[in-house]
Amino acid sequence: MLLSDFGRVGFDPFLEMRRMQQEMNQRLAGMTAATTPEFPPINLWAGEESVAVTAELPGLAPSDVDLTVRDNTLILKGERGSPTTGDEKSVWHRRERSYGTFSRTVQLPFRVDPEQVEARFANGLLEVELHRPEADRPKKIQIKG
Amino acid sequence: MAQELKTTERQVPSKLDGNERTRSRPVFVPRADIYETEDNVVLLVDMPGVASDGVDITLEKRTLAIRGYTADQPHENYRQVYAEYASGDYERVFTLSEDIDRDGIEASQKNGVLRLVLPKAAPAKARKIQLKMA
Repeated sequence: MLLSDFGRVGFDPFLEMRRMQQEMNQRLAGMTAATTPEFPPINLWAGEESVAVTAELPGLAPSDVDLTVRDNTLILKGERGSPTTGDEKSVWHRRERSYGTFSRTVQLPFRVDPEQVEARFANGLLEVELHRPEADRPKKIQIKG
Repeated sequence: MAQELKTTERQVPSKLDGNERTRSRPVFVPRADIYETEDNVVLLVDMPGVASDGVDITLEKRTLAIRGYTADQPHENYRQVYAEYASGDYERVFTLSEDIDRDGIEASQKNGVLRLVLPKAAPAKARKIQLKMA
């Protein structure tokens, strides 16, 4: 009743509010999507005297990834090439996969031995196992009675 | 488009036909690139951790379903201290607009990326009908 009365005047505050709400939602949705998560996502695993880092790197070959270790930092670098259609007449329907250069620095809980690093890469999953140097490991001290 | 991207992030797809899965693992919607050339429709789907024997693709009428199953990777003597991603299976369903030549479909899984080439079916050729003179 009330609404139809407003409609006759040519202004419906509820309709206007809904329209504004929709517009606001659309704008805010665009803003949040702009902040893309870090690539590649990593997981960190702690062991006895070692630490393992796993990362999701789909589409990359082992030769595309650069791994460097220094003291207690691990640097993961590389480039993910953009897919090419190989034909000018082709049309993109969707482009959701990210590409470009990436670099991530991971701070490890302790200094690692650069000689004792094992890296494996299978099915787009990278796994790096790093060990604590022998000299840095905690030593048990005997107390003399 | 931006909204689309957000929904394809780490999220469980809606139950497609009201069924439930028997495996209790997270299911993700994988990110995909799709392009169309003159003869083919090509899909590139990111499914890290999926080996070539873990991919399951079905095409029923125009519905293309892609599923990827990851093998459990045990980390013995390790405990997880920080996580940015979770491991799980992948599932995504597309509805194709073109008629696809089912026999010519090629699929390959390499480095955790599925590449699916769907050749378009040749359009039915127009036939000219000759009139016979009486």
